[in-house]
Amino acid sequence: MLNVDITLNYKDFALNIAQSFPASGVTALFGRSGSGKSTLLRVIAGLELNATGRIAWGDDVWQDARHRTPPHKRGLGYVFQDTRLFPHLTVAQNLSYADKRAQNHPGPSMDDVITALDLAPLLPRHPATLSGGEQSRCAIGRALLTRPRMLLMDEPLAALDATRKAEILPYLERLRDNIGTPILYVSHQMAEVTRLANHLMLIDKGQITHAGPLETLLADPATAPALGARDVGAVITATLTAQDSDGLSRLTCATGPIYLPHIDAPLGARLRIRILAQDVIIARTAPTGLSALNILPATVTSLHPDGASTLVQLHAGTDQILARITTRSATALALAPGTPCFAILKTAAVAPAHIGDQPNLVPHTKL
Amino acid sequence: MTLPDLGPLWLTLHLAAVTTILLLICGTPLAWWLSQTRSRVKPIVEALTALPLVLPPTVLGFYLLVLFSPTSTFGGFWVRVTGETLTFSFTGLVIASMLYSLPFTVQPLQAAFESIGRTPMEAAAMLRASPLDRFATVAAPMAKRGFLTAAVLTFAHTLGEFGVVLMVGGNIPGKTKVISIAIYEHVETINYADAHVLAAILLVFSFTTLVMVYTINRRYPVGGRA
Repeated sequence: MLNVDITLNYKDFALNIAQSFPASGVTALFGRSGSGKSTLLRVIAGLELNATGRIAWGDDVWQDARHRTPPHKRGLGYVFQDTRLFPHLTVAQNLSYADKRAQNHPGPSMDDVITALDLAPLLPRHPATLSGGEQSRCAIGRALLTRPRMLLMDEPLAALDATRKAEILPYLERLRDNIGTPILYVSHQMAEVTRLANHLMLIDKGQITHAGPLETLLADPATAPALGARDVGAVITATLTAQDSDGLSRLTCATGPIYLPHIDAPLGARLRIRILAQDVIIARTAPTGLSALNILPATVTSLHPDGASTLVQLHAGTDQILARITTRSATALALAPGTPCFAILKTAAVAPAHIGDQPNLVPHTKL
Repeated sequence: MTLPDLGPLWLTLHLAAVTTILLLICGTPLAWWLSQTRSRVKPIVEALTALPLVLPPTVLGFYLLVLFSPTSTFGGFWVRVTGETLTFSFTGLVIASMLYSLPFTVQPLQAAFESIGRTPMEAAAMLRASPLDRFATVAAPMAKRGFLTAAVLTFAHTLGEFGVVLMVGGNIPGKTKVISIAIYEHVETINYADAHVLAAILLVFSFTTLVMVYTINRRYPVGGRA
């Protein structure tokens, strides 16, 4: 467990964080640019010398009033947004720079990392000759080879376009599921966060406003203002049960089957699907003659009107769903807590980027 | 045509080599400190370092002569410890040259260190590298052009030293009579032939060195695409 209780004051910005970070799985720090999430990573790493307060990893105190452990002795891995590969070294030399200095620490071997991130063809090259995606993979590999107690990742995909991102995300999912190293992942992309994280922390103006398991937090209407209207949406868990001949994938979730455009995953895979509140329609009676394929029986849990629109929290079996409808419709349908209804989800509304493997919480040591 | 006495040439090269090596050793930590510090005394130290650039060499030489004199505290201490005087000696010349050429070592190195910035050093720290390790494996290799420039400028600048040497070292053959003094002496005695030879040697040597440096710099940039 990482315990942070720090203050950092700049002229026009203050960071005030008192928070414990879990020592397992992926914890996402989500916030707008300038919210202080990257600064918090730097404080934890010991790179912000003006931060005051206390930071401790278990019983190991990294910073308090009298003492400060220098960054290189904290045993943290750091993936910087701008990769920071050493320009005067080849990829192989960049990797062994980390490897050589982490010989006495348990963790993945050079070969494990090279295989997991497909780095073999890049080894003899200099960073300046690599594409953005290749540089990111090398930087992630190098950080893993420090065999850290915790891996800090500062928007490792921010500099990449959507195609490159889609290339790297599966690598990150594999790392999450196959190494025991906890990851603190900074991002302002909710799609990325919902694919990777187990825990979520929302940060705004230098303070953590919400923290908890990702599924719980995303289904909580109270987090909606912090996420912004476009990013509000709960995640549901489903199992891939069939690939239909018409190009749709059939999934089984808590309350029945849903159909989504083809998902490239093995049958039986446990998937996490993010359903944006703006893509959900609510009906009081089972609709007929409707093009939407996914009609899930649900019950209203709570209503959160905000001017013309209302955020409705529903539960469908064990899953929570959020729907954003107009306040006028909420009134017309006489929705109230306990009202049975149907949540309608348009098949094509779920973007592939919103579908990821359900995180495997059992830590393994090998990649 | 007979060659003039080449003793002053060898003495000059010896002095320049010793000065360059010692200055790189002493100047590197100073340049590193200047490039990293946020201390309030930084401008003062920078000004002191740059002083030899603007000060007439005779002024520097004059103060050093006073300082080196066996009757002064420092000069007297030196005589007691080593049994030799600093004035009119090769050792005195080395110390004077080091002060005289200090900015030519420190400024290129400081600029090179500053251009690396904080970020690669932070990256190295997050790869478990200690400060000394970071300097040796990241800052120094990334600043290799700065080292090359510093070494060449220091060497070349020491070759051309005249005023300080005249004040502190005088004109003792084999000890303090460097090439610039020898040329001056040949001209004074209207021995233009020997002055020509020594001057030409210095000119060709300096030019060749500079061409080599610029060639190397162009061929091996930092992070080269081998």
